[in-house]
Amino acid sequence: MFLINCPYCGERDQQEFKAGGEAHIERPKQPTELSDDEWAEYLFMRKNIKGVQFERWNHAHGCRKWFNMVRDTSNDEIKAIYKMGEKPPSQ
Amino acid sequence: MRNKYSVFSLIKNALSYHENWQRAWKDPAPKKEYDAIIVGGGGHGLATAYYLAKKHNMNNIAVVEKGWIGGGNTGRNTTIIRSNYLWDASAGLYDHALKIWESLSQELNYNVMFSQRGVMNLAHNLQDVRDLKRRTHANRLNGIDAVYLNTEEVKKFCPIINTSPYIRYPVLGGTLQRRAGTARHDAVAWGYARGADAMGVDIIQNCEVKGIKRNGDSVEGIETTKGFIKTKKVGVVAAGHSSVIANMAGLRLPLESKPLQALVSEPVKPIIDTVVMSNAVHAYVSQSDKGELVIGAGTDDYVSYTQKGSHQIVEGTLNAILELYPIFSRMRMLRQWGGIVDICPDASPILSKTSIKGLYFNCGWGTGGFKATPGSGDLFAHTIANDEPHKLNAAFNLNRFVSGDLVDEHGAAAVAH
Repeated sequence: MFLINCPYCGERDQQEFKAGGEAHIERPKQPTELSDDEWAEYLFMRKNIKGVQFERWNHAHGCRKWFNMVRDTSNDEIKAIYKMGEKPPSQ
Repeated sequence: MRNKYSVFSLIKNALSYHENWQRAWKDPAPKKEYDAIIVGGGGHGLATAYYLAKKHNMNNIAVVEKGWIGGGNTGRNTTIIRSNYLWDASAGLYDHALKIWESLSQELNYNVMFSQRGVMNLAHNLQDVRDLKRRTHANRLNGIDAVYLNTEEVKKFCPIINTSPYIRYPVLGGTLQRRAGTARHDAVAWGYARGADAMGVDIIQNCEVKGIKRNGDSVEGIETTKGFIKTKKVGVVAAGHSSVIANMAGLRLPLESKPLQALVSEPVKPIIDTVVMSNAVHAYVSQSDKGELVIGAGTDDYVSYTQKGSHQIVEGTLNAILELYPIFSRMRMLRQWGGIVDICPDASPILSKTSIKGLYFNCGWGTGGFKATPGSGDLFAHTIANDEPHKLNAAFNLNRFVSGDLVDEHGAAAVAH
């Protein structure tokens, strides 16, 4: 449990938010061309990093907007928050 | 020579004030090379080593453990054992384990306190009723004992449940597996460790894996905090940290690691003599032999390795517990903790070879791995020794995420993930 600084609403309790998993997984441009291995990679395989990870979050019980977060999963410390479409901060 | 535990050894050691018990397992330094190494000294890892030595004559093997054995999720779970899963593949896997549980104490000469007190799953809405009836039929077709109970029968089996139709999520029925129950989780790790050690397995504690050395597509050994150890076969049984080990070998797994919480109350006299689980409101409760209520809460929905979950998860579970069991309203909770569980997209485990020769993974047990400990160890040992899965774990291969042949137990696992 921690506080999240929503880029639209400001600092709110984490329980207002929904975690949306790993960020920057690009949807395949040519889905019909994909092999089964590539589909598995896109759909199921995850980095699941212990450490600094890029994620998507949704302010489900607030503005309902999606945004990105850089968070250290080993101590839940939030490093950065940036809007959808913005470039991720360099580490 | 390992001394046998018996009433006579108990009396003999009582006479010397229990100061001369033999060590249950040794504390060896790692050798330079092993035939196989198991990464992770929890129940599943120790069971794997035990069956590798016992059934496949692989005695030159080691278990390496970052902390102390049984100090991870083996010691953190709520000890529920059952096999009433929906799909044939899961039913085969979990009932294989349940059958081993039934004679495990005798086999290990170690009392794992397996208690077949029954597990009841409650239905709180019409869809629950339909799902649980379907699962009961599926279980019976697979030879697994299961009965469907109506509300009166639920009340009769566990009288302290509030079956009033006026609560927010009324009890509409439930299923009962009488062969299911609980066991003493620490004892399972200790019993397997003692059994494996007696057959020559090296159990190396405080030894963290730092890297997996590969030669092309084959495993050559592992880098640890106690130096490099050579081996051709590595079985990874690292639960919540499976992805961390996989990343060392350059593999990606379909896992997300999340905190799962549990809590126990102060000890009280016997009040609930079974295990009651409730999927819809996410509450499950049993009573330990010490008298504590053992309560399982849910997972948080974000990836975290912090071993502490959110307060609202515990609050939600306790709200549900209090509505179902008003008698617990003045109980005080003694301890609360979190563990990191590795969850697959289909809520089924992975017991599988990988694209790297000699590297095997046993992971993805999510919120319910304890019940499978003996079966998981047995089947994973078979997979490592023969470089081929047993027919009971063939469906739980890593390739199912490519073929699409998932074992989707999300709805049927009887616990919401």
